Amino acid sequence: MESLIFYLLSAVTLISAVFVVFLRRPMHNVLSMIVVMIGLAGLFILLNAEFIGMVQLVVYAGAVMVLFLFVIMLLNLDQIRLPIDPREGRTWIGVGTALALLLVLFPILRAVIPSGTSAPETGQTMSNTQIIARELFTTYLLPFEIASVLLLAAIVGTVILAKKRS
Amino acid sequence: MIPIPEVNLGGILPALVLCLAGLVVMMLGLFIRRGAVATAAVVSIAGVLIAAAANTPLRMMDKQAFAGLINLDAYTWFFNLLILISAGLTVLTSVRYLTDDGLDMYEYFVLLLFASAGMMFMVSANHLLIVFVGLETLSIAIYVLVGILPSSKKSKEAALKYLLLGAFSSAVFLYGAALLYGSAGSLGFPELAKYFKAGQISRMAYVGMGMVLVGFAFKVAAVPFHMWTPDVYEGAPAPLTGFMSVGVKAAAFAAFVRVFFQSMLPAQMNWIEIIWLLAALTMVLGNLAAIVQDNIKRMLAYSSIAHAGYLLIGMVAGKEAGPAGMLYYLLAYTFTNLGAFGVVALVGRKGEANVMIDDYRGLAKTNPFLALAMSIFLFSLAGIPPTAGFVGKFTIFSAAINAGYIWLVVIGVLTSAASVFYYFRVVMKMYMEVPETQPAELQFSPAMLLALGIALVGVLYIGVFPTNYLNLAALSVKPLF
Repeated sequence: MESLIFYLLSAVTLISAVFVVFLRRPMHNVLSMIVVMIGLAGLFILLNAEFIGMVQLVVYAGAVMVLFLFVIMLLNLDQIRLPIDPREGRTWIGVGTALALLLVLFPILRAVIPSGTSAPETGQTMSNTQIIARELFTTYLLPFEIASVLLLAAIVGTVILAKKRS
Repeated sequence: MIPIPEVNLGGILPALVLCLAGLVVMMLGLFIRRGAVATAAVVSIAGVLIAAAANTPLRMMDKQAFAGLINLDAYTWFFNLLILISAGLTVLTSVRYLTDDGLDMYEYFVLLLFASAGMMFMVSANHLLIVFVGLETLSIAIYVLVGILPSSKKSKEAALKYLLLGAFSSAVFLYGAALLYGSAGSLGFPELAKYFKAGQISRMAYVGMGMVLVGFAFKVAAVPFHMWTPDVYEGAPAPLTGFMSVGVKAAAFAAFVRVFFQSMLPAQMNWIEIIWLLAALTMVLGNLAAIVQDNIKRMLAYSSIAHAGYLLIGMVAGKEAGPAGMLYYLLAYTFTNLGAFGVVALVGRKGEANVMIDDYRGLAKTNPFLALAMSIFLFSLAGIPPTAGFVGKFTIFSAAINAGYIWLVVIGVLTSAASVFYYFRVVMKMYMEVPETQPAELQFSPAMLLALGIALVGVLYIGVFPTNYLNLAALSVKPLF
C-alpha cells in the first residue's frame, strides 16, 4: 500500500515537473510547479516527516508560487507563449545534458546510499513537529537567531535593489 | 521541563556589536537627510573598534558555547580580528563611491556589517549548521553589495552571476552536509571526528565530504570552481572587490581549515590529494590567466585565484606549521590586497572609468606617493622582500617542504616567478611610460588616505618584523589540534 502511494506520488511529481519545462504558457508552468510541490509534500509525509511536508505546502505551494502567479498576472505575461520549440536544437541539447547528468548521478547515489535503511529512530514519543520545535529553541537557538540576521540582510538587500534613486 | 542550554552572549559579543551597529546605521539613515554616508561610516568604524575591543578576551579562551555549537578560542579570535581589519579598511575606502552622483547609499554599510557578523559566526563554528547559516548571511549580503551601483550594468550582471552560481554551490555544500549527517548522525565537529576516527567510513560519508569540499572550493575560488571570480570582481565596486578577495576569502578559508582539520583529520589520506591537485591547478591557471589581462581588476581577480592556490598548499602541508603559515599569509594578504584595491578605486575615478592597466601609465610623475604605494602592494603580492607577502610565501613553502611536498612547492615557486611578470608590468607602466592623455585630477579623501596609510604600514611592518605575528599565528592554530 505504502509503495503504491509512493509510486503514485512520484509519478505525479515527475510528470508535472516535465510539464513545468515543456508547457508553453507561463500560467500553466506555474500551476504544474504547484502540483510538483504538492507531490513533494506528499512524499515527505510518507517519510514520516510531516513537519517538512506541511512547510513545503505552506511556503512553496502556498506563498512562493502565489507570488509567481501575482507577477504573471500583474505583468500580463499570460498572453505570451514561451518560445520553446521541441524541434529546436537547443532544447535537445538541454534534454541530452540532463539525461547524461542523470546517468552519472543515479549509479553513484544508488551505490552510495544504503538501500533498505530507514530514518534513525528518535526514541521519543513526541511527534516530529514537537521534536523539531524543541531542538530549534534549545540546542539550535543560535543558528535560529543568526537566521534572523540573514533574513534582515535579505530584506535590506531587496529594498536597496528595488528602490528608485532620484 | 525543557532544559535550556547555557547562553553565553559574551563569547559572541563581537558579532553582536556588528549587528547592532548595522541596525543603528539603518535607523540613522532614515532620519538624516544629507550626509548619511559620512555618519554611517563613522558609526560603522565605531562598531568595528568596539567589536575589536570585545574580541580581545577570546584570545585566552578555549571552550565551546551554545550547546557546543561554536568555538571560543584563539583561532576564532585571530579570524575575528582579521575580519574586523578588512571591514574597517573597506569602510574607509568605500566612502567616496557611495557619495558619487549625489547617491546616499548608507545601506552599503548595513550589509557590510551584517556580512562581517556572518563571517564571525562562520569562523567560530563547531557545527556544520553554523558554518552554513554564517555562510549564507555573508553570501546574501555580498550578492546585493556586488550589484549595488545603480548606474552600472556590469555590476548588476556580476551580481546575478554570483547569485546563481553561489546559490548552486550552497546547495552542493548543503547536500554534502546532509550526506555526512546521514552517515555520522550528527553535524557537530567532535561527533564527526569520532565517526571518522572509528574507521568504518561509509561511501556516503566520502561523497558528503567531497561535496562539502566543493562548496568551500567555490567560495575560496579554487580552480576549477573559479569561473565566477573574474566577472564578479570586475563588476563589483573596487573597494568591495577588495573586501571579497580578503574578508570573504579569509572567512571561507578559516571555516574550510576548521572543518577539515577539526572533524576530518583521521580521513586526511582521502582529501589531501584532492586539495594537492586543487592547489596545483589553481596556482598554474590563476597565474597564467593573469598574464594576459588588460583590465587591472581582472588581473587582480586572477591573482587572487592564484593566491588561493598558495594558501591551499598550507592545507596540504598540514601539521601545525601549514595552517599557521596560512594564518600569517592571510593577515599579510589582507593589508596588501585591500591596499591594492584602494589604489584601484582611487585611480578608477568616477564610475570606474580608468580600470585598464594602460591607465596607470606615468602615475609616478603625477602622483609619486600613489605609485610608490601601489608598487609596494604589488611587490608584496609577488612575494618580494622586505614585504609581508614574501614572509607569507616563505612560511607556507617551508612548511610544505618539511612535510615532504617538494613538487607542490616547485610548482608554487615557478608560478610565483611567472607572476612577477604581470605585477611588474603595472610597475613599469607607472614608472617608465608617459600617459597619452592628461587624466582628470585624482580626488583624495582623508578616509582613503588613512586606509592606504594603514595598509602600507601593515604590509611593511609585519614584513620587516614578522616574528611576533608568526608566533601569534602559531598560537592561534593550537586549538585545532
